[in-house]
Amino acid sequence: MKRSLIVVPVLGLLAVACGGGEAGSGGDEVTLVTHDSFAVSDEVLDRFTEETGYTVRVLRGGDAGIVVNQAVLSQGNPQGDVLFGVDNTLLSRTLDEDVFAPHEAEGLAAVPEEYRLDGSEHRVTPVDTGDICVNYDRAWFEDRGLAPPGTFEDLADPAYRDLLVVQNAATSSPGLGFLLATVAAYGQDGWQDYWQRLADNGVEVVDGWEQAYNERFSGAGDGDRPLVVSYASSPPAGVVYGGEERPEQAPTGVAPDTCFRQIEFAGLLAGAANEEGGRALLDFLLSQEFQEDMPLQMFVNPVREDAALPEEFTRYGEVVDEPLTVDAELIAAHREEWIDEWTSLVVR
Amino acid sequence: MTRTAALRRAALLAVPVAFFALFFAYPVAAITGRGLKEDGEWRPGTAFEVLTDPGVGQVLWFTLWQAAASTALTLALALPGAYVFARLDFPGKRVLHAVVTVPFVLPTVVTGAAFLGLTGRGGLLDDLWGVRLDTGVWAILLAHVFFNYAVVVRTVGGLWAQLDPRQEEAARVLGAGRFAAFRRVTLPALGPSVAAAGLMVYLFTFTSFGVIQILGGPRYATLEVEIYRQTAQLLDLPTAAVLTLLQLATVGVLLGVHAWIVRRRESSLALVDAAHTARPPRGAGERALLGGTLAVIALLILLPLGVLVERSLSGPDGYGFAHYRALGSRSGGTFAVAPWEAVGNSLSYAAVATLIALAVGGLAAAALTRRAGRFTRGFDALLMLPLGTSAVTVGFGFLIALDEPPLDLRSSWILVPLAQALVGVPFVVRVMLPVLRAVDDRLRQAAAVLGASPWRAWREVDLPLVRRALLVSAGFAFAVSLGEFGATVFIARADRPTLPVAVARLLGRAGELNYGQAMALSTILMVTCALTLVLLESLRPARHTELVA
Repeated sequence: MKRSLIVVPVLGLLAVACGGGEAGSGGDEVTLVTHDSFAVSDEVLDRFTEETGYTVRVLRGGDAGIVVNQAVLSQGNPQGDVLFGVDNTLLSRTLDEDVFAPHEAEGLAAVPEEYRLDGSEHRVTPVDTGDICVNYDRAWFEDRGLAPPGTFEDLADPAYRDLLVVQNAATSSPGLGFLLATVAAYGQDGWQDYWQRLADNGVEVVDGWEQAYNERFSGAGDGDRPLVVSYASSPPAGVVYGGEERPEQAPTGVAPDTCFRQIEFAGLLAGAANEEGGRALLDFLLSQEFQEDMPLQMFVNPVREDAALPEEFTRYGEVVDEPLTVDAELIAAHREEWIDEWTSLVVR
Repeated sequence: MTRTAALRRAALLAVPVAFFALFFAYPVAAITGRGLKEDGEWRPGTAFEVLTDPGVGQVLWFTLWQAAASTALTLALALPGAYVFARLDFPGKRVLHAVVTVPFVLPTVVTGAAFLGLTGRGGLLDDLWGVRLDTGVWAILLAHVFFNYAVVVRTVGGLWAQLDPRQEEAARVLGAGRFAAFRRVTLPALGPSVAAAGLMVYLFTFTSFGVIQILGGPRYATLEVEIYRQTAQLLDLPTAAVLTLLQLATVGVLLGVHAWIVRRRESSLALVDAAHTARPPRGAGERALLGGTLAVIALLILLPLGVLVERSLSGPDGYGFAHYRALGSRSGGTFAVAPWEAVGNSLSYAAVATLIALAVGGLAAAALTRRAGRFTRGFDALLMLPLGTSAVTVGFGFLIALDEPPLDLRSSWILVPLAQALVGVPFVVRVMLPVLRAVDDRLRQAAAVLGASPWRAWREVDLPLVRRALLVSAGFAFAVSLGEFGATVFIARADRPTLPVAVARLLGRAGELNYGQAMALSTILMVTCALTLVLLESLRPARHTELVA
């Protein structure tokens, strides 16, 4: 009797779970697999449902690296219909493993050529860009009458000794982005010397962005380092989530010559249960409406040239004209080697 | 053993065996198998390469010794605490008992922040006395004590409270000194549960991840961190598979040692109602012990938690509830989570996970109660394995193993409580088993002689005695789930964010308001956990009769 009492609810739960799983891939629902940072306004998402009849189910699976690797492992039998959140540092892995089916999204014409990294194959659609740059605490430098650093060379200058905190390139995506920026700036054989100089100048490495920005950076909390690797959009985000009154100027700034450009892509997962819905969703991600909603939801820049930026971005953000990039193929080929080299150089 | 008894045990074991096979063994075998095979061929070469890498040796060594040091330190600091909570009455005991479990449920990013706020550069201790444990081994060890204090207090204290104090008193009357009486009477009785607590703390710290990354800095890596890096970052499955096997083998050896130590030490004990064993402290020694324990708790647990509460209350215009109000007023967008919604989600996941863990773990413990053959003992050890297996391995294993109907659970909500129950079951078994085994079998036999069915004998004899252990283990399973332990980080989840998930989202975005709200939500998580545990523990048996003469 005792057994049956306990077994019944367990089996019941399993039955509910299996049933629920099947209902999940129904005809008028489209599943978006994405990372934890994905966000969209309710109104904008509702509009999509009104226009197409599909409701969107958002499936979040951790950080971008985990989501992409899971997509690679479940190639052909995906967890959803569309994946959003592959960036140029991870792109090759998904293309090599045939994770995506081609779809030429409506509205692609409004996207600059330089962002369409899959050329004419259209397996992935660029959706947004973001820049990983050194941020500085304005007040800290003003108080000391010191000009904030603008270039990589400045960061290695003894005048800025013990001021910079960066993330572990092995575990954090801004950390990796910053490493790649130095590779782009100093070349495949030159970045090691540069990092040696940075290390000699007292660069500090912590594990993740949260720790670096929230705990160590003086511009965001009680930290003691006025320079941190973060995003070009961090100053506007700091203002939006900074209090009632809007300041004249964002309390933090960006060193524009230290920026690595990240491009985020979405794609139709090969073997998607709802392929039509997936195509509609991809078109929607590139629609002007979604593109203009994105900046204040995810703090990234739209890829569409005709998408207007919100006032918070134009007033408090920095326009990065000449970001650094590294070819996606090159990243794929050397990623592990660079990270290992960087680790033994800076961490140990 | 009679045939019916064997059948009964097999029936009891059916559910735990199926659960374990389906949700642990199969997924882990699937993902390691995939890593070790290339184009259908086994590749022993990878294993050789990885295992002979000196870096791997260093990681293994660090993993082993930091876990041993953490366990020793935790036992040293928490065993007196177990005594104090089991035997002494003092004001606020119930609440404090719940509060020491709170660290367990907080996301590591949050507790890491609290610890750094206390011991780090410019932290409270630095300001006061210039004491700084910024990052490094000591910070890791202390954080491990912070997390695992409750494991010892609850597992050992749960049994200690039910030991009949008159036995030790009898030894004293017969001339034994206080220490001798403790050593000869109480310690042997507690042995198995101390070993169980030590084992669980060891396994937890052996697979430590967030603490190592945040407090250790990038210089320190455990096997768990390495497996995470190979799987989640580099997608180097062959290396990850070898490391997973190395981790499993090490845990296997540990479990063997534990089983060897505990075997033959378990004996039936005179258990009494815990309500009768506690009394106010007597004499200077006991008062000093109480004072010392409270000081340890205050310094190691209350102070870091206090830092979080302080941060949740401090806004741009001084102290206030601005962050809590902001949480309530958030509207629109898939990013925003209403706090009551997150509390509701957390509680419902935790309730389901607790039920699963109690059902599976309870059945396993019932089947393993009577000393049995090699198979049963082996299964007992197997049930501990999920605690010592890397979460990313299990999570990615779910993804590739449970991907075909009728078991395509990949995006189903049930996978989350199942993954949490996998970590909860070992707690249930380890807490229940010492108590169940301590129940004098003659009581059951007497019941049978008097005509009671096995079910009735269980209800009338075992249940009253194990009710406390049942509540203790339910508390653990609940806390494990509330804290999102195990593979849940690696499971894709539809939009029903729990408290820890909502905290992580807020922390991932720049802006003072986001940070303050993350701290406010963490405080809500703390309070939710403490309140639920207090409520759970007030489900005491109504009758206060003496159970065993």
